[in-house]
Order: sequence, then structure tokens, then C-alpha cells
Amino acid sequence: MSDPSRTPQEVHRETAQAPPRSHAEIDESVTSRQEMSGWQSALRTQPFWVFIAIIAIGIVMSLVSDVFLTERNFFNITRNFAFFGIMALGMSAVICTAGIDLSVGSLMGLSGIVTGLVMQAGFGIVPGFLACMATAAAVGLINGILIAYLRMAPFVVTLGMLAIARSIAMVVSNNKMVYQFGPDQDLFERIGGESVFGVPNPVWVMLFLTLVFWWVWRYSTWGRWVIAIGGNAHAAKLAGIPVERITVSVYVVCSLCAGLAAFLMVGWFGSVTNGLGQTYELNVIAASVIGGANLMGGVVYAFGAPIGAALMELIRNSLLLAGIDALWQQFFVGLFLILAVLLEQIRNRGGR
Amino acid sequence: MALMELDAITKSFGAIHALQGVNLVVGEGEAVGLMGDNGAGKSTLMKIIAGNFPPTKGAIRIEGRKVEFSKPLDARDSGIEIVYQDLALCDNLTAGANVFLGRELKKRIGPFRYLDHATMFERAGALFSELKSETRPRDLVRQMSGGQRQAVAIARTRLSDPKLVLMDEPTAAISVRQVAEVLALIKRLKDTGHAVVLVSHRMPDVFEVCDRVAVLRRGIKVADKRIGDTSPEEITGLITGAIEAA
Repeated sequence: MSDPSRTPQEVHRETAQAPPRSHAEIDESVTSRQEMSGWQSALRTQPFWVFIAIIAIGIVMSLVSDVFLTERNFFNITRNFAFFGIMALGMSAVICTAGIDLSVGSLMGLSGIVTGLVMQAGFGIVPGFLACMATAAAVGLINGILIAYLRMAPFVVTLGMLAIARSIAMVVSNNKMVYQFGPDQDLFERIGGESVFGVPNPVWVMLFLTLVFWWVWRYSTWGRWVIAIGGNAHAAKLAGIPVERITVSVYVVCSLCAGLAAFLMVGWFGSVTNGLGQTYELNVIAASVIGGANLMGGVVYAFGAPIGAALMELIRNSLLLAGIDALWQQFFVGLFLILAVLLEQIRNRGGR
Repeated sequence: MALMELDAITKSFGAIHALQGVNLVVGEGEAVGLMGDNGAGKSTLMKIIAGNFPPTKGAIRIEGRKVEFSKPLDARDSGIEIVYQDLALCDNLTAGANVFLGRELKKRIGPFRYLDHATMFERAGALFSELKSETRPRDLVRQMSGGQRQAVAIARTRLSDPKLVLMDEPTAAISVRQVAEVLALIKRLKDTGHAVVLVSHRMPDVFEVCDRVAVLRRGIKVADKRIGDTSPEEITGLITGAIEAA
């Protein structure tokens, strides 16, 4: 390139006046890559491989334990992870913007208590539900405004909210359990605790929301913009995307998912304490990441959230059925979390 | 009538005068090179035209009408598109998605509106072939070469059929052999009747594609000449201050 006998201008004139070359010449490694079919691109996603892991564990467990493949066990597994799956759907959106929401567990406690108190006071289930979601939306709005407009770090803001929301839950509940839910108590407990066609209601909610998010990520402008913000917020801003407003809405969506999970969970338990959801934020973040969310932002899979949550519950259930001490559970969840991220790194390196 | 007129643009940041009374006229379909050393005020002038911030004094006129931009979208609405130095692309999206970023095409079924991927990919593909670039709309920007990224950034400016395309150092970050490709892209913009303002450090690029060249030094315009009436040596002298003004 640096031929001392020629000036840069001369070199330039030659290159500039050459007929436009095709890109195939310029970068064969790029253009020789075949376009991938939908199936091939699915093979490259994290949720797919986690799903394979789930099947593998399932096959091993059905050989090890005769209880594993029973309807009862499946009912329990799916219901247990449905709450985390619902929350992970919202968390995935936040993580897609390169953010994090540590307040979802505390928010479950707060919105659960608010639901309980409103219904205990004799208001019906509709006001109870609306109060639950309004509480969640308010918390999400505060998180989002602090993060998007005041440019505070999501970790710090939501860590603060983790403490604040839990504390408010303690104050408004006067540190007492709520187990009487007024005139609609039956309906409330049926929504959270019963099943339709043998599938627990929270699982139906999770499946429905997963499809909604699948559509949102693939076909909605909002979804496209959230992914763009995660990829390059500066570019998104220059392209005219209302980055701040979208970011706030992402935190609101995440909080609403947590509120909905709380509403269902309180109905299932038939009672609520201000300790509801304690440390759940860690499980939810783990489920999102195992499901393919990248903390650097810009990556999101609707199916990743329930699949990640399913894997975590499956590990718990398998250890239980295999007779391994439950104290090992967190060890394996942590192991899978790190393995999942490691695998993604390796895949990315191969793909570049 | 001139397409764009900058009338005595002055910009001060506190005590620092970044620009002082800069006049610049860009005619329809004309390519004007804007040159100057680091800190000469090129970027400041670009940002004023692009609507990133307003001038302290002076006016911008588009086709004779005075305009005031408070944000980049205002400039776009007036027919000015900008190709940023860092290209402002989202790596994690496809070339097609980047072309339509912020102005996605939608289809409607009843009350539902959804992204029309097929049409967006098709139109992005058409734009790339108009630019004679083999960039493929479904490829991720992450996997692309510098020249292909540049093609995406330029294709994006053509969605609104702008009157003027501002390009900030389009050849600064790419390899020598891709420069030819980008210069060809700029010529094609010109051929299709777009005015171009090219900010560049690279003398050969400006002499290759521009009709006129304006030189800024310490916030003052020291020269504005037709390419045929000047030489790289003269422009270099003007940039460094060896030649006072021309």
C-alpha cells in the first residue's frame, strides 16, 4: 500500500478511477455467506439450544424417575415457572435496551399487597386488578423517567426502587398478612389457582403473553424501536425515534408484567405478605439471560423468557425428584446461567 | 435560485467563536466540498445545517425561505438528509431495517398495524441496486464492510428524496479500496439531481466529486472556488494559512 515512489494523490487517483468493483471482490467472506432460512436462523438462537437442553434433561429424568412424566408433576412445573416466565418477558424488553430492572421482586410485594388491601376493603376484583396494575405502572414510570430523562444508571435507580417498593409494601400492609379478599375472593383465587383444559391459568396467561411479545418483537414499530435503541441509542435518536419516551415505556411494560404475575400469584396462594417476590428479581434476570437476552442490549427473543424460566424450574424439579439435596438448586441455576452466557460468547465469535 | 443559502452564520460557545459570519451558497444539484483543519469549524457548520443546534447569529434559507431547525428531524423535513461520520447505524439490525429506521412501512389489518418487512426489504434492495451496491437488505449491518455500511447510510437518505445530502467525512473510516466505491456513490447522488455538501479531510476526494470547494480557517470562510479554478496546492495553503485568502 505504501509505495514510496508514488504520492498518496496518485495512489488515490488510480483507486478512485477504477470502475466500481463489486462487493463480492471486496469482501468475499461477507457476500459468500448464504442467506439463511428461518429454520437455519432458529438453529443459531440461544432459546433453541436451551430448549434442546430442556428436552435432554426431560429424557434423562423420565428414565431416572417414574414420577417425572406424570400429569401432576408437569402441572406443578409449568405453574411454578409461569410467574417467572411472565416477568421474564418484561425483563427481556428492559435488558434489550441494555438496561436492568432489579425492582420487580419488590414490586410484586407492593402490588400484591395493594391488590390484597383493595379487595379486603370490599372493592371487587376489577378495582383490585386495576389498583395492582396502576401501582406497577407508577413504579415503572418512575424508574423509566429517572433512567431515560435524568440519565441515571438503571442498576442504581432500580436498586433504590427495590428498597423503596418493599418498604412501602411493609408500611401500607402494617406488616400484616392479607388473606381475606372481600366479595370476589372465590373468583380471585380461581383465576390464580385453577386450570382450564388441565393447564394452570397462569400458564395460559404466560403463553398468551409470549405470543403477544413474539408479535411485538417481530411486527410492531415499538418492538423494532426498542431493539434499535438497544443496538445503538444514538443512531436511534438521530433516526427520529423518541428514545426517551420508548425507554420509559419499556420499564412500564416490565413493571406491568411483574404486577400481573403478582396478581396471579396472590390468587394462587390465597394470601399475601409484604415479603412476596423477595429475591425473585435474580431468578427473573437469570431466566431472561438463559433465554438469550444479552445484557449489552439489542437482543431479544419472546420465546427465550418462558424457555429460560422453564429450564430453571426443571433443574429444581429434577434435583428434587433425583433425591439430591435442594440446597444444591442455586448451584445448578448459577452454573446454567454462566454456561448459557459462555455458549453465547462462543457462538458469537464463530459468527463474526 | 439557490437551493440553500447560509447567511452570515455565527456560532459562539461562550468566549469561543467557532464560526464568524460564514456565507455559503449551494445550488441545485451542486456538490460543494467543505474543507478545513481540525477545529476550523466544519463540524459546527454541519451541525447547524443538520439541526443539531441553532446558530448564534445568521440565517439559513432553503429555496429562498428562512428556516429554523430545533432538531435533526426539522432539517429532514426541509429536504436535508445527513450521513453522519459514525454512520449512525444499528449493528444488530439488518441493512433494510436500518434504511427504514424511524420511518418503518406498515400494513394494516383492521385496527392492527404491523411492519411490512417484505416491502421494506424490496425497496431497500432497489435503493442498493440504484446505488450499484451489492449490499443485501437482509444481511445484518454487523457483518458488513465499511463500504457497505456507507451504502446503507446513503440509501437511507434517499427515502425522502431530499434536495441536499450532507456527508460528514464519508471516507474517513474505510479502507483505501472502498473509497472508490463511496465516491462512486456520491457521484450517483449528484447524477440523480441531489445537491451534496461533502465535509472531508481528503483533498483527492473533494477534487474527485465536487464542483466547488469552500475552505474554513478558524471559523472564517477564507475561500470559495470552482474546482477548475484552483488546485490542491492552493487549497492546502488556504487550509494551513500559508495563503491568507482567495
